Amino acid sequence: MIEVQNLTKRYGSNYAVRDISFQVEEGEILGFLGPNGAGKSTTMNILTGYLSATDGIVKVNGHDVLEEPNEAKANIGYLPEQPPLYLDMTVREYLSFMYDLKRCRLDRQQHIAEICRLVKIENVYGRLIKNLSKGYRQRVGLAQALIGNPPVLILDEPTVGLDPNQIIEIRSLIKKLGKHHTIILSSHILQEIEAVCDRIIIISQGELVADDTAAHLSRRYSDDRRLLARIMGPEADVLSLLSHLPGVEKAVSLGEREPGVIEYALDPKEDADVRRDLFDRLASRGWPLMGLKSMEMSLEDIFILLTRERLPGAPASKKGGTN
Amino acid sequence: MGAIFKKEFKSFFTSPVGYFVLALILALSGYFFTGYNLVGGSSELSGVYGSVFSLVLVLVLPILTMRLFSDEKRQRTDQALLTSPVSLTSITLGKFFAALLMFAIGMSITLVFSLIIAFQVTPDWMVIIGNYLGMMLMGGMVIAIGLLISCLTESQIIAALGTAATAFVLTMLDSLSYMFSSNKILTDVIGFLSVTGRYNDFTTGIINYDNIIFFLSFQALFLFLTVRVLDHKRWS
Repeated sequence: MIEVQNLTKRYGSNYAVRDISFQVEEGEILGFLGPNGAGKSTTMNILTGYLSATDGIVKVNGHDVLEEPNEAKANIGYLPEQPPLYLDMTVREYLSFMYDLKRCRLDRQQHIAEICRLVKIENVYGRLIKNLSKGYRQRVGLAQALIGNPPVLILDEPTVGLDPNQIIEIRSLIKKLGKHHTIILSSHILQEIEAVCDRIIIISQGELVADDTAAHLSRRYSDDRRLLARIMGPEADVLSLLSHLPGVEKAVSLGEREPGVIEYALDPKEDADVRRDLFDRLASRGWPLMGLKSMEMSLEDIFILLTRERLPGAPASKKGGTN
Repeated sequence: MGAIFKKEFKSFFTSPVGYFVLALILALSGYFFTGYNLVGGSSELSGVYGSVFSLVLVLVLPILTMRLFSDEKRQRTDQALLTSPVSLTSITLGKFFAALLMFAIGMSITLVFSLIIAFQVTPDWMVIIGNYLGMMLMGGMVIAIGLLISCLTESQIIAALGTAATAFVLTMLDSLSYMFSSNKILTDVIGFLSVTGRYNDFTTGIINYDNIIFFLSFQALFLFLTVRVLDHKRWS
């Protein structure tokens, strides 16, 4: 549905986006994740034809954005970071204008009414946009993107500035839209991406650093399901018990963390679950287990790991391949 | 193009701009008509048209064109325009014709004066037609310049002042040729570019193809430059 090859956008000698390639299949919801200024909006602006790339190819539904701009654009509904609203129009006038602008062929009244119902703006339909709250403006922006029923939706931080209830509403709306549209959604909020998207792309400083599902990402970057255990007891004895536990490959002491309590790191063999054994043995020796946690990384940890400031020009610390 | 044209034309009347422009033209033309024709007892309308039009060029047209592109950029609505399946040329032409229509409606107020004169004496209709044609052609050129300036800045005030200054210089070009009268090449160049000279031909009822083509080509040139600037902004 969307094909991006070696996309580069340079301003003078600064790269806003550098050699990004990815694909989005039909019906997929793709999350675009990255810290502020990473190049998310620039990439989206290039996909939608607002900016031109310095290098690289973008194809939407088989149409090159540069060579057949009108055909490509007709396939895209775009909600930019700041919704492009004419403040001195009413919602009715605005949506009707966008309908004309996009040369929509569907029944005007019915189509617009349907969209208004979907994004819940029927009650402000006759009001001036400048008098609407941020949440409503965002929804009018979303309505505008839906006009013409484009197969691809590109939404740049659609929930920014909304209150928690509105965020949940918009998220569930996006999920609903995902059944009939291919969606690219950008955000710097991890939970949002995790909750809504099938696949995640992380960009940092203009470069693509990961492209995978959330589960895969977390498995790839977590430290082999390492366990951290806090145990009260004589260090040498505990360590020898842990090392001889079936299924444990290696155990090391990390030192005293609370008075009398020492933390140990356990590396289990592949797919071995050692937690029950660990508990039983410690209990039989009378050494209380004060805490046990898995080192499995959350998306947040991965995000921080991947987007931590790197030296300018240095390659990404860990590079994720494509699916 | 139709959608943009409709939107721009409507927006003249959802903001005070349209009413202000109409009121200003009405006030200016009323003042000059009263002075030249009613009090002065003349049936000659070219003086009214000339005076009104020279003020309209500098005062009214910059107001009509100032927000056409600058405001889109400031409100970020250009993202909706440029990502919709419409070419830059259609966007530019839609805006151009909306401003041109608004200008034509404003100037058509002065048609009333021709009718008033026509009750007393038979006016020279060729002169009147020439006047309107000249106004539309030269006005169109200034509108095209205003459009170009408006797409160079996000500030409406700078766009308006820039257009007003350019229109003023255009009307002043002729006086430059007196200053450089010793230099043949320079006077020739200024003579060719003299928009007021060409406009004055129209006001005497001479409809000259040279002049029509001159104004139309300059309109096309400035519209083309507008499209180029819009396109260039995507690349830089």
